[in-house]
Amino acid sequence: MTTATATAGEKGAAKRVSLLRVLGPGHVWALGVGIVLVGEFTGWNFAADKGGALAALITCWFVGLLYTSVAMIDSEVTSTVAAAGGQYAQAKHIVGPLMAFNVALFLVFAYTMLEVSDAILAGDTIVARAATEGLTHNSFIALCIVVLAFLNYRGVLVTLNVNFVVTALAYASIVILFFSVQPWSQGTVLRLGELVNAQNSLPYGWIGVIASFQFAIWYYLGIEGTTQAAEEVRSPARSLPYGTMAGMITLLIAAALTWYVCASLLPWQYLGITIYPLWDAAKMTGSPILDFLLFWGTILSAIASANGCINDAARAWFSLGRDRYLPTWFSAVHPKYRTPYRSILFLLPIALAFAFIADLNQAITFSILSGVLHYTFMSINIIMFRRKWPVGSIRRGYTHPFHPIPALTLFVLCAITFFAIFLGYGSQLSAMVIFYVIVSLWFHFYRYQYVRRGDQFTMPWPKPQGY
Amino acid sequence: MWITISYICWALSAALAAWMLWDWFKTDSEFSEEVLISSREGEIEAVSEKHQLKS
Repeated sequence: MTTATATAGEKGAAKRVSLLRVLGPGHVWALGVGIVLVGEFTGWNFAADKGGALAALITCWFVGLLYTSVAMIDSEVTSTVAAAGGQYAQAKHIVGPLMAFNVALFLVFAYTMLEVSDAILAGDTIVARAATEGLTHNSFIALCIVVLAFLNYRGVLVTLNVNFVVTALAYASIVILFFSVQPWSQGTVLRLGELVNAQNSLPYGWIGVIASFQFAIWYYLGIEGTTQAAEEVRSPARSLPYGTMAGMITLLIAAALTWYVCASLLPWQYLGITIYPLWDAAKMTGSPILDFLLFWGTILSAIASANGCINDAARAWFSLGRDRYLPTWFSAVHPKYRTPYRSILFLLPIALAFAFIADLNQAITFSILSGVLHYTFMSINIIMFRRKWPVGSIRRGYTHPFHPIPALTLFVLCAITFFAIFLGYGSQLSAMVIFYVIVSLWFHFYRYQYVRRGDQFTMPWPKPQGY
Repeated sequence: MWITISYICWALSAALAAWMLWDWFKTDSEFSEEVLISSREGEIEAVSEKHQLKS
């Protein structure tokens, strides 16, 4: 499996090593859902703090709409531009190099910060369970990040096989909790009517609903990560749309189950501040089995998410190196394991450093900010894609329906989310935008001179309309 | 017990990190830079499209 099938080039040319094409739709599902599912175990519930339990449900639907648009748009473009780097490769071909450079940075930041958050969560959860004086989370964080980097280093197939199993187990814990609390019989265990009523459902009114968009992103943050596997799936045109859409359906169900159980067991004031909404809900049932199950569900979801994030961040970084947007040194592929091993190793100490010094809130906020910047780009990207290469002009693996409604919906919901982030984290939002402006100037005036301009456009497409 | 587990975690992390560093240096010294950075975007797609089943 790991023997390099180097492609014979012209006479005298060296052997070539490339990423291994071994993945199927199940792996794509595992990558997408694996990255996201941790958001059900922590993160989404802070929306209740911003606007109450009902606001967390309303935004669950609207943000679900945002991500359904993301999944539809992504499936169409990635099934056509099947290259590592995902949205980076899309931006390069459709918008241009400067946009692509920024999109790749959004991706690397979003996934690295999410990986950091996952590792902190896993470490904190173990420390909370252990309840031992003097025990800190650092050793567990280090183990989580290093073991997963090791897995990623050794091969994409084993990485995503592991992710499939771990994600399925974490998902099963939510489903078991849901059926264990007899959801068909309100009042037996669940008390939704008492905990969410006309007096407390929207304690801050509709502005609270808007403010809660920021954390509702966590219900689905990262599903777009499926596209990073584009160069390693056996059939991108089939596997990517199937895996992404199936992942989105899985997550919509998980989000609904999670909200229903948590809002029916925890008062919104507590739900909005706890780090472990599902684990705490399980504790509220008084069942030690559910307590144990949801403890492991939380840990496994964090592991699956960090694993997928390492995979995706490394591929985005690798793609930047391959196009000379960064030094080509980063574009090395391991001849035996066929992974972007230098990118994995380069990002490893960065993730460790952030995990040791950053707090969970800051890491989550930077991840969300980069993610929303990225989604805003996607809404513009698909409009340009359809204008330049209308349906029928090039072969698409999937064509999403109702264009341009999903693109416009995505753009409007991103604008609302930016406003919500500005309300809560205005200074971080401003700092991040300034950062991206500075690196864009660096790229435009300095780095782009090293890019081989013709080589970076690899898709055999006709000239775009209007050119 | 948890403190001991914590030390084991550090040791495992250090061992795996050391292995990756060792493999990295081994790989970089065994293969030329030209080979290691020879991956090209879109190339795999082109290769798979040319692939033909043997009868």
